[in-house]
Amino acid sequence: MPWDRNQMAARAAEELQDGWYVNLGIGIPTLVANYVGDKDITLQSENGMLGMGPFPYEGDEDPDLINAGKQTITELARTSYFDSAQSFGMIRGGKIAAAILGAMEVAENGDLANWMIPGKLVKGMGGAMDLVAGVGRVIVVMDHTNKHGDSKVLKACTLPLTGTGVVDRIITNLGVLDVVEGGLKIVETAEGVTEADLRAATEATIVD
Amino acid sequence: MKKVYGSAAEALEGTLSDGMLIAAGGFGLCGIPELLIDGIVASGVKDLTVASNNAGVDGFGLGKLLDTRQIKKMMSSYVGENAEFMRQYLSGELELEFNPQGTLAERMRAGGCGIPGFYTKTGVGTVIAEGKEVKSWGGEDYILEEGIFADLSIVKAWKADDTGNLVFRKTARNFNPPAAMCGRICIAEVEEIVPRGSLDPDMIHLPGIYVHRLIQGAHEKRIEQRTVRQKESA
Repeated sequence: MPWDRNQMAARAAEELQDGWYVNLGIGIPTLVANYVGDKDITLQSENGMLGMGPFPYEGDEDPDLINAGKQTITELARTSYFDSAQSFGMIRGGKIAAAILGAMEVAENGDLANWMIPGKLVKGMGGAMDLVAGVGRVIVVMDHTNKHGDSKVLKACTLPLTGTGVVDRIITNLGVLDVVEGGLKIVETAEGVTEADLRAATEATIVD
Repeated sequence: MKKVYGSAAEALEGTLSDGMLIAAGGFGLCGIPELLIDGIVASGVKDLTVASNNAGVDGFGLGKLLDTRQIKKMMSSYVGENAEFMRQYLSGELELEFNPQGTLAERMRAGGCGIPGFYTKTGVGTVIAEGKEVKSWGGEDYILEEGIFADLSIVKAWKADDTGNLVFRKTARNFNPPAAMCGRICIAEVEEIVPRGSLDPDMIHLPGIYVHRLIQGAHEKRIEQRTVRQKESA
């Protein structure tokens, strides 16, 4: 059985090390916060906050307190606030240990496309280009194939790029792959998924 | 010198001209200068270029200035929440310059610090890098981005003293300080103006040197994505 969204998020949470400052993208990456356990992880919200807390209880929503997805959130005892220039200063400056992001396509050389489909509504890259260029480690969490069954793990991206050679590790519903010299290396497969299954669903070069 | 004005219209008097560049604070609808946007709508000034992370939503925030066709060009990182924006953009009525979010913030900060350009890794190898100078340090490529020098900055803070020292609240700070810094004239709107001496000088987020005019007023502070969790039942 391939991993479901929560299992992918739980697997991604294993990547995080005690003491790290981490930025989580929208979608499945957001769920990673539910699986950090007792590790001391500080979440950054790039609109100007370290120490992002959970959603508020009904009635406690504060319009001055939102995350990068514009959702109402809460603060924690450790929380600090700062402006957008400082927020991206810490991202560009390599202070954020890791970003966990969704993707439309990832290539075997670490290229990432996750902001634009030509001909469709263009919303903008937000902070994604800054994050992938600046943080210590970029971990992509996504379904291995699109809704047509085509691989999203490619030899080369076809969509406009968010960054070149930026992805370190890919976690999909089928398993975990690392970007290495010459292609991708299988780190593990989801329970019940064979290496052959994973290779068959992957267009990118897999090296041993 | 008196910085406190009675209304947005009074504060904007003499600062507006067609075709000007305005830097606006705010992220989504959080920490946006609602009163000054209304004032600019009422002024009728047109052909504006607006540097702002987002473009508001239909009928609120900068969306009001789109509805009245007063904006010619947006410099933003994310504009997904506005149908009128998309309509004008797709029909060619509105120009759009996408900036990565951190690049936009740093372009404002740099402009405010007298820095005309800086190099960043953000956007290297993407459409953002097209036409921009590339320079290499330590085997890594960086692209040249330019500082933003705005004719006018409009920002929103929580509190100010009458000398223009500003205090922001939670994530409503966002783009407001860098936007304030990069304007030749900066007008701030706040929820409360207090007498000088009543804010702790160690707790000022933006010194009054950046703020030329001030107004106080009530803010709607609309929430874009209301998300809550359920209380665990006892």
